[in-house]
Order: sequence, then C-alpha cells, then structure tokens
Amino acid sequence: MGLLDPLKGFGVTFSTMFKKVVTESYPEVKKVPAPRYHGRHQLNRHPDGLEKCVGCELCAWACPADAIYVEGGDNTEAERYSPGERYGRDYQINYLRCIGCGLCIEACPTRALTMISEYELADDDRQKLIYTKEDLLAPLLPGMEAPPHPMRLGQTEQDYYVKGPDLAREAGQRFTNGPQTNGSQEVQR
Amino acid sequence: MGLEEHLPNGILLTSVEKLVNWTRKSSLWPATFGLACCAIEMMTTGAPRYDLARFGMEVFRASPRQADLMIVAGRVSQKMAPVLRQIYDQMPEPRWVLSMGVCASSGGMFNNYAVVQGVDHVVPVDMYLPGCPPRPEMLMDAILKIHAKIMDEPLGPKRAKQLAESGYHTELVPSSVRYAKKK
Repeated sequence: MGLLDPLKGFGVTFSTMFKKVVTESYPEVKKVPAPRYHGRHQLNRHPDGLEKCVGCELCAWACPADAIYVEGGDNTEAERYSPGERYGRDYQINYLRCIGCGLCIEACPTRALTMISEYELADDDRQKLIYTKEDLLAPLLPGMEAPPHPMRLGQTEQDYYVKGPDLAREAGQRFTNGPQTNGSQEVQR
Repeated sequence: MGLEEHLPNGILLTSVEKLVNWTRKSSLWPATFGLACCAIEMMTTGAPRYDLARFGMEVFRASPRQADLMIVAGRVSQKMAPVLRQIYDQMPEPRWVLSMGVCASSGGMFNNYAVVQGVDHVVPVDMYLPGCPPRPEMLMDAILKIHAKIMDEPLGPKRAKQLAESGYHTELVPSSVRYAKKK
C-alpha cells in the first residue's frame, strides 16, 4: 500500500471517461445478429409462390424438444399448395419449447424450413407463442402468387428442384435473411 | 383502497395512475433468480455492454423484499419450486414475473419428472421469453414489453373493473419498433 495508490485507482476511473463506449443502444437501434443466427423459423416458397414444405415430418422427428407439429395433406390438381404429391397442411412450432438448435433445418430435405434473424418474440400469451403456418410462411416476393395454384415452373416437381433457382434469379428474386424485406428494399450482398 | 374509489374518474385520477405506473416501471428492481444457463445471459444484460441501468434496473436484489420483478432464468426443478414460490410470496406487491428462456416457460427440452413444466405452474407469469438461452437483446425486449404492461396497469379495483369490461389488452410491439429512432 503506497501513498499514491488511491490516486492510481482514481486514475483508472478518470481514464475510463475517455474510452470508447461499449454499450449497445438496443431498443433505439436494432442489433442485427450474425448471418447464421438461429432466430425464429421461416417456411420458404418456390419462385412462383408454391410452398416448399412437403409435409414429411422429418423436422418434427429431428426436434429434441418436440416443439414441431406437422400434419401432411395430399395435393390435388384443383388445390395445389406445393409441387409434388404432399404438402404441409398444418404446421406449428411451439416457441415455448423450441431451443433453436437448428436440427430441424438440417433435417429438412427440401430446404423449406430455415431460420431468420428475428428474435423479438416475448409475449404474455402462451397461445400466441405457438406459431402456425400463417405466421411462419415467408412473405410473397414479387412474381409470387399465393397458393393454391397449379405448377407454373414445370410439369413435375423435379423441374422445381432442378430449374427453380435459375428461374428465381431470372425473375430478379433475391433470397434474404429477414421477413421485413420486400422487393423494393432488397438486401444487397 | 381509499378515496380514489369514490371519486369520479376524471383527468386527475388517470393522471395519478399514469404517474404511479411511470414511477413503477422506471425503477423496476429485479430479484435474482438465476437457476441455469439463462442466468449467464441475465448477468450479461446487467453488464456494461447491454447496460440495464439505462432502464433504471441495474441493481439485482438478492433480497426479495426489496425487489418487484422476478426474472426466473433457467429450469425450475421440482425441488426448487417451493423455494421459488416462497421468494415470490416474500416480494412486495405490485410484483411481476418474467419467465426467461424455454425451460422456465414450458420445461423446454427437459420434458421429464425432475423439471417443472413451466414456471406458471408455481407463480403467475407476466411475460414469456422464448430462446435457449435468449440473447440479451431478447431479455431487454421482454423487459420493455413488461414496462408497456405496467404503464397500462389500473389503479385500484374500480379502474381494473373498467379495464376488464372494455376488454383492453396491451399491445406488445417489438421494442426495436416501439423505440425506433424518429427519422
């Protein structure tokens, strides 16, 4: 204990005043998480608006917390939601159970389920935290049409998986990592 | 309670209600109830980078009688449940409970005999915050949503009845929208 120790201590306090502030101004400025952040889920669409989900329930099987409920349905020619035979008729994710591990995304064979960077999910109602298909489906980009409608990009579902990305690029659709982006304000990569 | 029950509802009483609610929300004192990994994020939220002091709640009270917000952070085991209830009972009214993380909200991935499947089996919960664990921004968002709820809290049973009759429910806007900088 030297005589100058208190001065040294206050010196730390004093010099901190000139340091850069590390505090985030969160509610005023929204913090954008890392690109691969595990936020809430999104059910993606094909470039013409048909759903990518085929109702296979692999996500529900992969989920370690049993947070996902899927009920598949059969597409008919009159009422088509996805290319191919089946679509997800009912799709629910319980965010009170979901731990955001991303195993469902790994399990998804059609890349229908991905995660976006939205994280402000808190609510006072348990019921509202069970997200249904309407909440999870990706917004319609320009050039997309709300299902049900017939297949626009080919005769079979094979055409969708093979040609789909090229057709989307031609239509000028960019795949973004957020729900709020629409055609007018695209995220430049 | 007293006089305000007999007076007609005018500008004065609603202003008092607003003032009381403003004072309550501006200095919420959280009781520490860190039970698991969510507590690490909760501590981070109090630290300089996220700085809960901006909302007047940097002191995490270890004494429940000096706290009015309980942040249940982590999984509640069956053995912890009575302790949690006792701490809640010791907190003075008005008090709020924030269930932080999926384990506290519903048991999360611990769907077994050892863990309470949602802390709302034990205490009334005002805000559920999903996430495993929720990032500090999510906790701040939940706290700010609780602030919004406190601002709409009625003063006395008469106002409470009025509010219940009107079917009013506080709109929970994401905090980054509510507090977005005006351009």
